[in-house]
Amino acid sequence: MSDPFVLGGVTLKSRLFIGTGKYSADSLIPAVAEASGAEVITVAMRRVEKGQQGIMGHIPGHMRLLPNTSGARTAEEAVRLARLARAAGCGNWIKIEVIADTRHLLPDGYETAKATETLVSEGFVVLPYINPDLYVARACAEAGAAAVMPLGAPIGTNRGLRTREMIAILIEEMDVPIIVDAGIGRPSQACEAMEMGAAACLVNTAIASADDPVRMGAAFRAAVQAGRDAWLSGAGAVRACGAGAQPSSPLTGFLR
Amino acid sequence: MQNFQDFLQTWPAQRRSAGIAVATTDRILAVLEKDSLTPQDFLLLLSPLAQDCLESMARRAHDLTLRYFGRAVNIFTPFYISDVCTNQCRYCGFNARNTQPRRHLNAAEILAEAGAIAAQGFQHVLLLTGDARHLSSPEYIVSAVRDIKPLFASVGVEVYAMNEEEYRLLIDAGVDSMTMFQETYTPERYAWLHPAGPKRDYAWRLAAPERAARAGMRSLGIGALLGLEPFEQDAFATGLHAWWLQRHCPGVELSVSIPRICPHEGSFVVEHTVDDRTLAQYVMALRCFLPRAGITCSSRESAFMRDHLLALGVTRVSAGVSTAVGGRATEDLHNPGQFEISDSRSLFQMTAALAARGYQAVIKDWETPIL
Repeated sequence: MSDPFVLGGVTLKSRLFIGTGKYSADSLIPAVAEASGAEVITVAMRRVEKGQQGIMGHIPGHMRLLPNTSGARTAEEAVRLARLARAAGCGNWIKIEVIADTRHLLPDGYETAKATETLVSEGFVVLPYINPDLYVARACAEAGAAAVMPLGAPIGTNRGLRTREMIAILIEEMDVPIIVDAGIGRPSQACEAMEMGAAACLVNTAIASADDPVRMGAAFRAAVQAGRDAWLSGAGAVRACGAGAQPSSPLTGFLR
Repeated sequence: MQNFQDFLQTWPAQRRSAGIAVATTDRILAVLEKDSLTPQDFLLLLSPLAQDCLESMARRAHDLTLRYFGRAVNIFTPFYISDVCTNQCRYCGFNARNTQPRRHLNAAEILAEAGAIAAQGFQHVLLLTGDARHLSSPEYIVSAVRDIKPLFASVGVEVYAMNEEEYRLLIDAGVDSMTMFQETYTPERYAWLHPAGPKRDYAWRLAAPERAARAGMRSLGIGALLGLEPFEQDAFATGLHAWWLQRHCPGVELSVSIPRICPHEGSFVVEHTVDDRTLAQYVMALRCFLPRAGITCSSRESAFMRDHLLALGVTRVSAGVSTAVGGRATEDLHNPGQFEISDSRSLFQMTAALAARGYQAVIKDWETPIL
C-alpha cells in the first residue's frame, strides 16, 4: 500500500529520521543510513566544520539534511544557527532546539515558538522540538511549523514514551504531523509511537550508542514500518492486561 | 540561598563526617539504583567503603556516559600566553618566588603561537595567563582573544578571577568558556597554600564562576587540585559546587576537571596523595551524581589513565599540550611549564588512540553564531 509522507512539500518513503551525534566514528553514518532506510538526517550545526570536513563529509548525498540548533539557549541563537545552516548550504529545513536547562535538557517552549515564527517568515521549513504541550504545539503550528516534534522522554534517557498520554493528545488534536523525537530507546518503543498514529520518529542515541549501530538502524526501520502498518490497518480493541477473560458476569449475573 | 559559599557552609565537616559514617555497601548499591542523586548520595559514593563497589559504580557511570555523551570525546588544547605571576601558590610552577625566566607574549607572538596551534588542527583553545594584572590585564586578554578568534571555533579562558563587567568584556570579544579551579575548598588550607598575591582572596575566587555566569558565559569549568586536602573533602565540595551551579545557572554548560597534583618547579610535598583507584572512584561518583556534566581530564594524567577513564565518565581531554608560554611556535625554549605533563600525544595521535578504543574525537563542538 502506498503511504507517502509529505513534509515541507517533499514526499518521503521512510518515516524514520536519524541523527549524527554520539557515534564512535562519523564513518559509520553511511552504513547506518542505508540499513535504516532513513531519508532525513539531522545534524547539529554546532559541530559542522567549514567545507566537507567532519560530519558533513559522511552524509550520503541523497539524504535530506535537517540541521538542528543544538546549543541554542534563546530564540535569537536558534535563529542565527538556522541562518548559518542555510548559508552553509544545508538547505532550508531546520529543527529548532532551544534548551536553557543543562540538567534536564528540556526544550523551552516559549523561545521555540518565537524562533519558529521568525524562521517561517524567512522561508524555512521549521520542525520545532518541544515538550508535548498542546499549547506550545498550537503556537508553533499557528506560526507555520511544518510538523512538531514532541519528546517521548528527556534526550538521551532511552526511557521510551513516558509522555505517551500527552503525545496521544497532540496526535488527536493537531493537524500538522507529529514526529516523536527524543527518549526512544528501543525499536519496540518506536513501533508503539507509530501504532499510536505518530507520523514519524527521530532516533539518534539508541542507534548511535548501540554496540552494532548498523544492525540497530535496521531494527528501527522494521519497527517503524511495523507500527505504521498497524496504525494503517486499524488495530482492533485490546483488552487491558490483567483484566482477564470474563466467562461469566460475577457482579451482574444476578440481573439475569 | 544567595551564593555558593553560603550553601557550602551548610555542609560543615561534622555533617560530612556523619554522612560518610553511615555508609554501608547496601546503601551504596541502593544509591546506584536511584534515578536522581542527592549530595548525601554523592558523599556515600566518595566514601572509602565505596571502593568495594567500584565495578557496580563503573557500570552505572558507563551507562550514563554512553547515554548522554555517546562515543564522542571533545578535544581542546591549552594556550599559555604569559607565565608572569604575582601569586605564591606553594604547589605551582608559576610561583612568583621561583626564579625561572618568564615570558609574556606580545601580540605578534600570540598570533604566531595561535597559527602554530591552528595548523595542528585544533578548533577549541583554552587561553591561560598567570595572575599579574599589571601585565596580563583584562584589556591584554581581550585583545589576544580578538586577534586569535578568527583562527578557532571556540576560545576559553583560564585566568585570574575577574569581576562581572570584565567577564562581559571577554564574552564580547568572543570568549565562550571560563575555567576556574578553587584548588581547595577548605578555607584554612587555602589560606596556607596561598600566602601572598591576589589569589589569597578565597571568597572572591569561589564566586568567580557565578559572576561569569551572570555575565552570560556559556560554559564553566571548575575543579579542585586533588592532593592538597583529604580526598573526600575537596571531591565532595567540587561536586557540590557543580551541582549548585547547575541548579542556579541552568543554561550554563558545566564541566568538572579532575587534576591531581604533579611535580613542578619548587619543593611542594603532597600530603594527601590520590591513587589511581580513588581517582577512578571520583570520576564515577561525579558521573552518577551529575549525569549531564562534562568531565575534563588533562595531560597531567598518563595516556593509560586517560584512556581508561573515558568509559567511566571523562568526556573532554586535551591534546598537543605544552604548559610553557609560546611552547609551540618557539623551538629553543628554556622556561619550564606550569606543571609536568604525562601524556604528550598530539591531536593526530589522540584522535587515532580514541578511534582505536571506539571513540570519536570531536574537534569542534561549538561556535557562537554571528549571522
